[in-house]
Amino acid sequence: MQKIIKYVITDILRNKIMLAYTAFLLILSFSIFSLEDSPSKGLLSMLNIVLIIVPLMSIIFSTIYIYNSAEFIELLVSQPLRRKTIWLSLFAGLAGSLSIAFLAGAGIVVLIYEPSITGLMITVTGVFLSVIFSAIAMLAAVTTRDKAKGIGTAILLWLYFSLLFDGLVLFLLFQFSDYPMEKPMILVSLFNPIDLSRILILLKMDISAMMGYTGAIFKDFFGTGTGILISFIVLLLWIVLPVGLSVRKFNNKDL
Amino acid sequence: MKILTLIFCCCYLGSFARILKVGRQQPYASVTAAVAAADNGDTVIVEKGVYFEKNLVIGKSIVLKGIDHPVLDAEKKYENISVRSNGVTIDGFLLQHTGVSSIVDFAAIKIYNSRNVTVINNIINDAFFGIYSQYGIHCLIKNNTLSAKAKNEQESGNGIHCWKSDSMQIIANTISGHRDGIYFEFVTHSVIWRNNSFHNIRYGLHFMFSNEDAYISNIFENNGAGVAVMFSKGVKMFNNYFKENWGDAAYGILLKEINDSYIENNHFEKNTSAIYAEGANRILMKKNVFKNNGWAVKIQASCSEVTLEENNFLENTFDIGTNGSLVLNRFNKNYWDKYEGYDLNKDGEGDIPYRPVSLYSMIAEKNPPVMILFRSFITSLMDKTEKVIPSLTPENLKDDHPLMKPLPL
Amino acid sequence: MIIATNVTKKFGRLKALDNVSVTCNKGECIALVGPNGSGKTTLIKSILGMVVPDSGFITFNGNNILHHWKYRAQIGYMPQIGRYPDNMTIGQVLDMMKDIRQDSPTFDEDLIHTFDLQPLYKKRMRTLSGGTRQKVSACISFLFNPDVLILDEPTAGLDPVASEQLKEKIILEKKKGKLVMITSHVLSDLDELVTQVIYMQDGVLRFHKPIEEIRTDTGEQKLARAIAHYMQHS
Repeated sequence: MQKIIKYVITDILRNKIMLAYTAFLLILSFSIFSLEDSPSKGLLSMLNIVLIIVPLMSIIFSTIYIYNSAEFIELLVSQPLRRKTIWLSLFAGLAGSLSIAFLAGAGIVVLIYEPSITGLMITVTGVFLSVIFSAIAMLAAVTTRDKAKGIGTAILLWLYFSLLFDGLVLFLLFQFSDYPMEKPMILVSLFNPIDLSRILILLKMDISAMMGYTGAIFKDFFGTGTGILISFIVLLLWIVLPVGLSVRKFNNKDL
Repeated sequence: MKILTLIFCCCYLGSFARILKVGRQQPYASVTAAVAAADNGDTVIVEKGVYFEKNLVIGKSIVLKGIDHPVLDAEKKYENISVRSNGVTIDGFLLQHTGVSSIVDFAAIKIYNSRNVTVINNIINDAFFGIYSQYGIHCLIKNNTLSAKAKNEQESGNGIHCWKSDSMQIIANTISGHRDGIYFEFVTHSVIWRNNSFHNIRYGLHFMFSNEDAYISNIFENNGAGVAVMFSKGVKMFNNYFKENWGDAAYGILLKEINDSYIENNHFEKNTSAIYAEGANRILMKKNVFKNNGWAVKIQASCSEVTLEENNFLENTFDIGTNGSLVLNRFNKNYWDKYEGYDLNKDGEGDIPYRPVSLYSMIAEKNPPVMILFRSFITSLMDKTEKVIPSLTPENLKDDHPLMKPLPL
Repeated sequence: MIIATNVTKKFGRLKALDNVSVTCNKGECIALVGPNGSGKTTLIKSILGMVVPDSGFITFNGNNILHHWKYRAQIGYMPQIGRYPDNMTIGQVLDMMKDIRQDSPTFDEDLIHTFDLQPLYKKRMRTLSGGTRQKVSACISFLFNPDVLILDEPTAGLDPVASEQLKEKIILEKKKGKLVMITSHVLSDLDELVTQVIYMQDGVLRFHKPIEEIRTDTGEQKLARAIAHYMQHS
């Protein structure tokens, strides 16, 4: 298993797009922190990068990589290797290199300029989102045989998690504006890793007070040790479930 | 004989005042005894030490002066000093262990129906109420330090509490840990100047039914709910700092039913809402700096003729929040750091108007749970779209002459 | 050695394999022939576990392959179109395969020498011609001394010299008692090699006969003509 991970990671790290992604993150985060007058404002800009660019890059790159490795996968499957091993190695390689790229491009910069719990939270959720969205990409890629369709699905999924889901939430909030929606919203936010990460970071940034009663309810849940533990367990589930499902599909897939 | 005594007394008063000393090696061992012996115009000097005077009542216009802050301890049962005469001065004491009661408002120093009382240079620790003026007129409360460790609103009193008073001067006091730092109710023609009010559990300054007062150059920091100014008119607020009033229902200033007032040259920094105005009319907000607040100014629809002029809006999450159409208020020549317009004729004013209300802040105002989408992609997208094609934000709510550069404030 | 029993596989409405049963034994060299889309490649992929049958099962040395992925160590597979990670060089691909397959103690690198691949080791896979890729595929399939060789259109794209060299290698391995399965459109290539013929059409196994029986049945010596005979008479 480690062998395959090693080959996948070396292959990806040599990939020009991956290098460009790392450089892009590096330039962006450095310029954000040196241009903004306060580090806390820099963190807010980093928040957008972590919540928008990281998932987009992770899901699209992973999907394309899986499709482009179809032959490699075929080659490996004809070898005496467990399918599960092959697929998990691919995932580990992808998630690992995306995380490395994020850490090298953004995580380290954040921790240098803002070595606080907030900075740490941004870095950790960034890594989580990298892994989660490559997991989702694995599932998208294994379900659709057609490459164009698969990449389309990946983009749609990203759009769903970063935009449509929140649109739906907005719609629900207006439909049920007569009811106290704060507590149900905690539950709803668990269904979107991007929302969950955003709330976790915002609560660490101490702007929860601004969110008024909503913020207070959220702080009561996400601010406690149990709440943070539950959130990270849910984030882990967001990795385990798509990967597990994709392994099952891959095991029965015709190549 | 009686006449003789009277004449003697008059001569005595008119010619020279006596000095009565209290202390271990002094003629008087207790302050009560010295005060009882004193006549109008005398000075009672108290040396360093701890005195248990129960409730010290001062019914004569005397000067009570402490050397090196002698301690007056009320054993948690009494009011330390009750002033029941005009022209009393209390200077340089340390007052502690004031009684706590749910029926009577015990205070470290309480002024009852008196004029020209001066309370200066005292230290008041852990009092229920600190300095309390009831029907006080023309009193000076200056350079006192009040600190308490209030835990909840029910079991705590205010730092400086004025009720139905007039022409009060509250100057350079430091107040912390009380329920309200400074409390004004039915107080007129008074000035609150250079005080520092912080870490109070409710308001740094609580101000009600008090007309024609000014508060100038005070610092209100980190109070539970900031500063509340309510049901008053003719209030002048100049050069104050409102900082870090950060919390669920915290405001820099809460304005409620305020008319004909001026808010100028103040600094608002890191407040959840710097100014929250409800039912405020004819208010001029000029040359203030709003920096790093959640909302710089929240104006409810019940306000009218509020003018915001020549203010700096810097790094606020939302500049203006409102729940209505807000056309009755005016914005002019402010600097908004979020302004993205241009200035072709180089007159220092942007050529296109700035709309300070974002769509998202309006939605969040109507439906607070929407705040969970704070800083999400969809809300920033909504705001950007709204900026290009305004549809829901009030059409006339705009600054027609936004400044290109911040004012030097 | 390999026994397929009632294997059925559908791709959508298309029946790629329809109730196929087949038995292959050691020392045989089986030609898998049939028109395009007759299910040859699907059968091969089923044996390799790359395609999972809808029904029926396949055993390898008596074990159901569904739960025993290790049997693949004994199969050398040469795909119809060999494609490899674009960014890797030939040398890296071969090294990687050796690295992954540590179960094999010795490597059979004869073909690498015969095809004279060493000078090309530094070339990246994406720059290679189809023929060179086929050579790499062939080398890999023989590399680990497998008991079974499954070659899907091995000679397609190879120049005549390489084609001959590969055939010689196959004959050599067959003599060692290995099972060889070949699919090819170029039936003339198979004449000297095969001992048995499996003929498939529309996913159905039409017959599985030793080559001698076919020759006597049809009276044709050449495999190509014999098959043509069958096609005309079916």
